[in-house]
Amino acid sequence: MAEKKIRVLIAKVGLDGHDRGAKVVARFLRDAGFEVIYTGLHRTPEEVARAAVDEDVDVVGISLLSGAHMTLVPKVIKYIREFGGNPDEMLILVGGIIPTDDVPELKKIGVDEVFIPGTPIEKIVNYIKENVPKKKKSTKAKVNE
Amino acid sequence: MNYDEEDVEELVNGILSGNRRALARAITYVENDYPVGREILRRIHKRTGKAHIVGLTGFPGVGKSTIVSKLTLEFRKRGKTVGIVAVDPGSPFTGGALLGDRLRMDGFDANKNLWVDSGVFFRSMSSRGRAGGLAARTGDVVRLMDAYGFDIIFVETVGAGQSEVDIVEVADTSIVILMPEVGDDVQINKAGILEIGDIYVVNKADLEGADKTVDWLKAMLEMNEEFAKQVQLTHARGGKLVSGKVFNSKTNGWKPPIIKTIAEKGEGIKELADAIEKHYKYLKESCMLKEKREMRIKRELFELIMEEVKRVVSSKMDYNEIIQRILNNEIDPHTAAEEIVRRLMGA
Repeated sequence: MAEKKIRVLIAKVGLDGHDRGAKVVARFLRDAGFEVIYTGLHRTPEEVARAAVDEDVDVVGISLLSGAHMTLVPKVIKYIREFGGNPDEMLILVGGIIPTDDVPELKKIGVDEVFIPGTPIEKIVNYIKENVPKKKKSTKAKVNE
Repeated sequence: MNYDEEDVEELVNGILSGNRRALARAITYVENDYPVGREILRRIHKRTGKAHIVGLTGFPGVGKSTIVSKLTLEFRKRGKTVGIVAVDPGSPFTGGALLGDRLRMDGFDANKNLWVDSGVFFRSMSSRGRAGGLAARTGDVVRLMDAYGFDIIFVETVGAGQSEVDIVEVADTSIVILMPEVGDDVQINKAGILEIGDIYVVNKADLEGADKTVDWLKAMLEMNEEFAKQVQLTHARGGKLVSGKVFNSKTNGWKPPIIKTIAEKGEGIKELADAIEKHYKYLKESCMLKEKREMRIKRELFELIMEEVKRVVSSKMDYNEIIQRILNNEIDPHTAAEEIVRRLMGA
């Protein structure tokens, strides 16, 4: 039995057109041995959620620099559930310009961690390696929509 | 082999009743060789064989993903549901991969968004260091999508194109994509891509040199045809050369068309979709579909037998002693391998 590879979706949602950071993160996560799927710019929350479910990823990394995180992130989570996925089995990470005041609120709605600019990449890698196994898929597949 | 019966049942029922979450999870299990995955494959097998499997290959950057995206939109308009498996290279060193085919899925038009269209299922796969253009389990993932009920399944290979011809092991219709200035006739004439295409595409046809590429391609394919005829003649005269008819459908009455496209603008996509449908019709009417699939099953079966033999040998035999004997020049590797297989069969 092969080792289960960690699959990560790196998503840019909304109107923000800056993806240098997301691409750098994607590249480093690849080098850390993860299978990284990059969505490209300007995705809607629905599109990101659909990709997360169909690609059966372990980690959803949402990158936002637009300030719209309080509107868009909850929608991504909502749609994952709507498309039959279980956001509780996934690590939901948010990266970008996020005011510290918003972090508790994001965590309350299901975000596992927030990484702001300047975070050392090893910190993200280690966080993923450490926490994906904790989200261990429930033994039952739980696929009922 | 352990698996949870409830898990398997839930996933199999899910796949057969159109639950995409079940499909997504089953693919993960299959891709990672979990016992659950293997059991699912066993149970869905009788529901496979209905989809038209279309493979696309070509050099990196010729526009494979863009063409897949536009074709998907076109076939959705024609009322077909579409599954897509896109393989990108995985590093044999770190095991990591950047799967970037999905981001080309920009086949929007006014009333269709492929990203959320329930008639489309897109799955990215890492080749996990395997050569040949596909991942080891691509064929099995296609089978899951087939059982789920997609009408057409596109399989996009790793950007490749000289010897990465594994696509014929999976696809009913293989499309080879080229673009202007990818290389001269010698490049194009190297073994591989010119032997596998059922349809050829010259994408980015608005670039200079497109017609020249088409001309080269035409000349090369005619040469193929001439060669195929001679091979058949030799064959008919009792010669030893075996006709490559399975991979060279021309010899059976199909002349691979060359289609010019500008995928970005959607030009030539309708013609390409027509050619795909025409080829499928040809395969079915000429019995080539059965022949192709037989050939494919044979290759796959042998590959799996190899895997199984390797597994048994490495888990049940003390091959270290044999390695030492080879190292000490007591026995050569060929004889050693024969001996191992003989021992296996005796056991």
